[in-house]
Amino acid sequence: MQLIYEKSREGRRGITLDALDVPQVDLPDSLQRESSAALPEVSEFDVVRHFTELSTRNFGLDQHFYPLGSCTMKYNPKIAEVVAALPGYANNHPHTSTSTATWEQCQGSFELIYETEKLLAEISGFKEVSLQPIAGAHGELAGTLLIAAYHRDKGNKKTKIVVPDSAHGTNPASAAIAGYDVVEVPSDADGTIHIEAFKEVMDDDVAGIMLTCPNTHGLFESDVKAIADIAHQYDALLYYDGANLNAIMGECRPGDLGFDVMHYNLHKTFATPHGMGGPGSGAIGVGERLLPYIPGPRVVKTDTEFELSTPEKSIGRMAPFFGNFGMAVRALAYILHLGNEGLKEASHIAVLNANYIHARLKHAYKSAFDNQFMHECIFNATPQAAKGARALDIAKALLDYGYHAPTVYFPLTVPESIMIEPTETESKETIDGFCDAMIEIAEKIEAEDNAFSDAPTTLSVGRLDEVLAAKQLNCSY
Amino acid sequence: MFPTDAKYTKDHEWIREEDGSYIVGITSFAAEQLGDITYVEVPEVGDEFSITNEVATVESVKAASDIYAPISGSIIEVNYALEDQPELVNENPFTGGWFFKMSASNVEELSALMDANSYESYVQEQDH
Amino acid sequence: MSWTPTTDIERQEMLDIIGVSSIDDLFSSIPNELRLKSWDIPEGLSEMSTLSTIDKMSRKNSVDTVNFMGGGYYDHYIPAAVNALSSRSEFYTAYTPYQPECAQGTLQSIYEYQSAICRLTGMEFSNASLYEGGTAVFEAATMSIRINRKRNKIVCHSSMNPNYRAILESHTANLDVEIVDGDDPGNAACVIVQNPAFDGTIQDFTELGNACKEAGALFVVSFYPISLGLMKTPGEMGADIAIAEGQSLGIPLSFGGPYLGILATLKKHVRKMPGRICGETVDTEGKRGFVLTLQAREQHIRRGKAMSNICSNQALCALRALIFLSLMGKEGLVEIATHCHSKTEYLKSKLSFATILNEGNTFNEFSVRLPKDAREVLKAMVKEGFNAGIPLVDIGRGDANDLLIAVTEKRTREELDAFASALENVSCS
Repeated sequence: MQLIYEKSREGRRGITLDALDVPQVDLPDSLQRESSAALPEVSEFDVVRHFTELSTRNFGLDQHFYPLGSCTMKYNPKIAEVVAALPGYANNHPHTSTSTATWEQCQGSFELIYETEKLLAEISGFKEVSLQPIAGAHGELAGTLLIAAYHRDKGNKKTKIVVPDSAHGTNPASAAIAGYDVVEVPSDADGTIHIEAFKEVMDDDVAGIMLTCPNTHGLFESDVKAIADIAHQYDALLYYDGANLNAIMGECRPGDLGFDVMHYNLHKTFATPHGMGGPGSGAIGVGERLLPYIPGPRVVKTDTEFELSTPEKSIGRMAPFFGNFGMAVRALAYILHLGNEGLKEASHIAVLNANYIHARLKHAYKSAFDNQFMHECIFNATPQAAKGARALDIAKALLDYGYHAPTVYFPLTVPESIMIEPTETESKETIDGFCDAMIEIAEKIEAEDNAFSDAPTTLSVGRLDEVLAAKQLNCSY
Repeated sequence: MFPTDAKYTKDHEWIREEDGSYIVGITSFAAEQLGDITYVEVPEVGDEFSITNEVATVESVKAASDIYAPISGSIIEVNYALEDQPELVNENPFTGGWFFKMSASNVEELSALMDANSYESYVQEQDH
Repeated sequence: MSWTPTTDIERQEMLDIIGVSSIDDLFSSIPNELRLKSWDIPEGLSEMSTLSTIDKMSRKNSVDTVNFMGGGYYDHYIPAAVNALSSRSEFYTAYTPYQPECAQGTLQSIYEYQSAICRLTGMEFSNASLYEGGTAVFEAATMSIRINRKRNKIVCHSSMNPNYRAILESHTANLDVEIVDGDDPGNAACVIVQNPAFDGTIQDFTELGNACKEAGALFVVSFYPISLGLMKTPGEMGADIAIAEGQSLGIPLSFGGPYLGILATLKKHVRKMPGRICGETVDTEGKRGFVLTLQAREQHIRRGKAMSNICSNQALCALRALIFLSLMGKEGLVEIATHCHSKTEYLKSKLSFATILNEGNTFNEFSVRLPKDAREVLKAMVKEGFNAGIPLVDIGRGDANDLLIAVTEKRTREELDAFASALENVSCS
């Protein structure tokens, strides 16, 4: 398929403006560019045909089951798109929040932020929430900066952040970007962090610990309270990576487990769409210890209206305004529609679906752990790899069956890992169809060596040469 | 299995003496773990390093690894051929795929490194 | 109310296959003492009530005033096809293209977007997006330090948006980094300029770019995409890194986000660039295809040594920008820029009762000193039906009577005339 640039024809126009109704003024010569940017020259219809065709070369969640572990690919409600596009929100200029003189123009936005932050705080048991961080990793950075502010304020000089070996890559990356050294604590053979292993890495130099619960193995960290207690004894803070919040809504809350700060992934738990990789939103929840440092300005409520206020010790702005506001609007619609029972039900069925898949597949694939999985299950495809079909080949085979692959090769702690998270919005038929396909694939692998080494064969392209891409580095036309 | 005229580090670098200076590269084991190498970032001639400092980086499609100074010293020569042909590291890790040549500021450090046999045992342990 | 389809009968079937008697059993790994302490969440609303609740809230905003507010975010026209195409669910419900064979739509659009940014800025490599313009400053600063390994000083030119400056400070608070104001590249990892400046002034920074090269500092230019319809590009000025807020390219104002962080650089720096990058390749049959490349820089591979911690980006907004630039096209972008600039000059000519504060040229934004307190003027202008601008005192960049005014192609001559006359009445009464 051609690039939009290859479809360009000199002189073709898409959108035109009205004739200029004021005298034309040019920039001085010295400030002008040499020649106009070589942007496409195509008609509007060309553009529409082009991007429509491109869209057919994509697996979207609306078209295909996406059992990506750790990603929580649940249905993206259409009502969320409607509310985000309401003119009152879509057209509200962010700088109306800059001057008190224009606060009356954005009271509706302030109210939405206030209500959404309040609901998120209650869902996970934190005192306050800030919607400023723009993605999960940004939330992790914000949380680490809060931890740094806390220690700076107390005159502590701590240089280390502890993360489990199963941690998502953004955890150590965020800690490093925030200026900390990263120390890994190993998971036990049962897939959880045991208190003895944790004690080995704890000392006065540890500023904070980043955990998720259930962890990236899909397992509840049973020692989490003990870990929290020890951490606080050392005056280290506990960070909760909220990627797996979908497993526990309405059953337990990270704030009650002893965590001091967390990030939410609104694009996971709260169903805002993934958009090919973004935008997301990484709102943070903050507990008592870190509250003084929460990012600002913040929306506060008075008797008559909403205002902005910045706490004295705030770490300041993480975003130019209030984060990805459009995603907060979508998340609020989701939370309001689900309500107290619906949120609980979401977690219940997410866990039911994952356990069902595990039960159906555990004879065909080797389970990575013996413990009770929660909202996702992991298999170790080493036996299949021995027959020449690695986790990668199984992933590609699934594409031909019309399923997006599960997560493969993460977490790093499981060799040939295949991590499956169905979420609660999938029907039993869809899940059964997926399990049938996985079983068929396992049977084929058993029957012949190197099965699926050329999969996928039914899509617009076959396997792509990633080595060539890195070597030739052709990244623009 | 590994060249006996070189010594080896825990991070899978090899170091071989030649006319009073020392050539450094990564072993075939390391190259295999990385897969097809797509890029090598080399140090500059004249740069000084202490033992275990980061000296260079090796990238493949799925991984990136730091190369550490096996001994302390400074860089005398760099294998610029790797810029255009990083695959030399996969093809000839012990010869054409050399990374840099360095002087030694403390020759004693060499005695702490593994010989070919010890390295072979070490690698066999890694594979489990 | 929920979107879970499984019926009670199906749930029971599934529990039987799993071999437990109830869903509660599946939560047995959570100790009792850690269970819920509070669940003060309201009951679920129907879709209908959800909509009316949020709609009512949104109507407490006022968006019907004619917009002259800028400060980095502009009221540009968004063509209908941008919404229509970017709301195709194959795009907006898709995931990051880690399985490239089923994501060629995503990947080709990223490649085309990267190409558009390079053509727009005169740079050689663009990434697939960052969060927005302020965190882009932070990423450019840390990128400069990675490249210029022995230096940790970041020099911020006075042209920088104050919110961007605040973001740079907050993000580097725990790093060994020195942030100074000014334009002296001596011993700096980089000098960061913004063009147009926050107050609207435009200038040719080529000389400063040369000084940076002499002094061994990287030259970072933060630009305004629409202005590059006409203006000298970061590439032409000798930039090492070009960054921007891309909201003006077909992305709604949406009270601060989601927006689009743009970052582009030269080939020699590309391996230190943060964010995803898409590259061209072939499949097993030699067919052209696209993949994410240079992933070894990113967090999922490099973890604690990654170029950035960025994972989710603003991909859908980058698609909007690409569609916008394709619809406007080569001539269209020149046309928008011409309209913006000409209408701004026209408006300036009608404000003789006030003092233009910019020393030198402006593109589509300028600062003006009114005869009266800017906040009072602003309030009165709302009653006249105008959102007149940003009082500079509220953002720490001017005196009580100073106002920052922006003009886009959406403002008709009638609106400009009405605005000028209302502003004069209100300011001089």
